[in-house]
Amino acid sequence: MDRHSELHRRERRRYVIGYGSSLLLTLAMFATVHWFGIETRGVYLTIGLLGLAQLIVQLVYFLHIDRRRSSREDLDLVLFSTLVLLIIIGGTVWILGNLAMRMHMPVV
Amino acid sequence: MKPAPTHSYPGLNLGRRHAGAHKATEVVTFGFWVFLMSDLVYFGLMFGVYITMIDAQAGGPGPHELFDLYSIFAQTLILLTSSLTVGLAMLALKYNLPRGRIVLWFAVTLLLGLSFLVLEIRDFMSMADKGGIPQRSGFLSAFYGLVPLHGLHVAAGCVWLVVLGIQLRVMGMTDLVVSRMVRLALFWHFLDLIWIGIITIVYFGGLTYG
Repeated sequence: MDRHSELHRRERRRYVIGYGSSLLLTLAMFATVHWFGIETRGVYLTIGLLGLAQLIVQLVYFLHIDRRRSSREDLDLVLFSTLVLLIIIGGTVWILGNLAMRMHMPVV
Repeated sequence: MKPAPTHSYPGLNLGRRHAGAHKATEVVTFGFWVFLMSDLVYFGLMFGVYITMIDAQAGGPGPHELFDLYSIFAQTLILLTSSLTVGLAMLALKYNLPRGRIVLWFAVTLLLGLSFLVLEIRDFMSMADKGGIPQRSGFLSAFYGLVPLHGLHVAAGCVWLVVLGIQLRVMGMTDLVVSRMVRLALFWHFLDLIWIGIITIVYFGGLTYG
C-alpha cells in the first residue's frame, strides 16, 4: 500500500513537472513577443525553438514517449510519422516557394 | 523501485492492478496511435498549405488586423491546464482512487475544453466582423481550414467525454470503459501538441511573415 502511494506520488510529480515547464515555455514565448515585438527573424527563431521545446516536454511528460526499450516500436512510429511530415511540409514549402520565385511573385 | 512494471504501449500504462483492462487496451491503443499519427499527417498538410498561403492575402485583412494575442494566450493556458487535468484523471484511474475523483478531473477537463471552444468561436466571430471570412483570400481559406479543424477535434473530444460519463454511469467501470478513457487521454494530449504548432506557426508565424 505504501509503495502504491509512493509510485502515485512520483507519477503525479511527473505530470506536474511537465505542466510547470510547459507553462514556463508558454510564458517565455508570449513574453518574447510582448517585449521584442514580432518583426524580426531572430525573434521568430526564438519562438520556434520555445515551441519545439514545449512539444518535446509534452511528448515526454504527458505522452510518456521515451527511449525505454519496451516502447521502442512506438517511438519508431512517432519518428517515422515525423519524417513523413517533414517531407510533406518541407517539400510543399520548397516547391511552392521555388514556383513563386520563378513566377516573380514575392517570396516569404 | 523501478516504476511501471509493464510498459507495453505509449502513453500512461494502467499496469498490473488493471490486468484485464491492460490487456484489452494494449492492441487498440497501438491502433489508436496509428490513427493519431495519420491525423498528424493530415494536420501537417494543412500547416504546409498555410505556410505557402501566408502571403496570399489578396488585399484582404491580414494577421495584424485579425489576430487577438490576448485571447490566444488565454486559450493556450486553458488547453494546457486541461491536458494536466486529463492526466490527473488517468492517475486517479490507475491508482484506484475513488470514482468521484476520476469523474471530477474529467468534468474539469470538459469544462476547460468548452471554455476553450467559447473563446475560439468568439475569435472567429470577431474576425468575421473585420471581413476575415474564409472566401476572402487564400490566406484566410488556409487559416479556416486549419484552426477550426483543431477546434472540431476539441469539440469531438468534449462529446467523447460526455459519452464516457454516460457509459460510466450505465456500464460501470468495465475494462471496455477504462480502455476508452486511456485513449481519450491520449487524444486530448495530442490536441494540445497540435495547438502548440498552431500558436507557433499560424499565429506567431503569421504575424512575423504575413
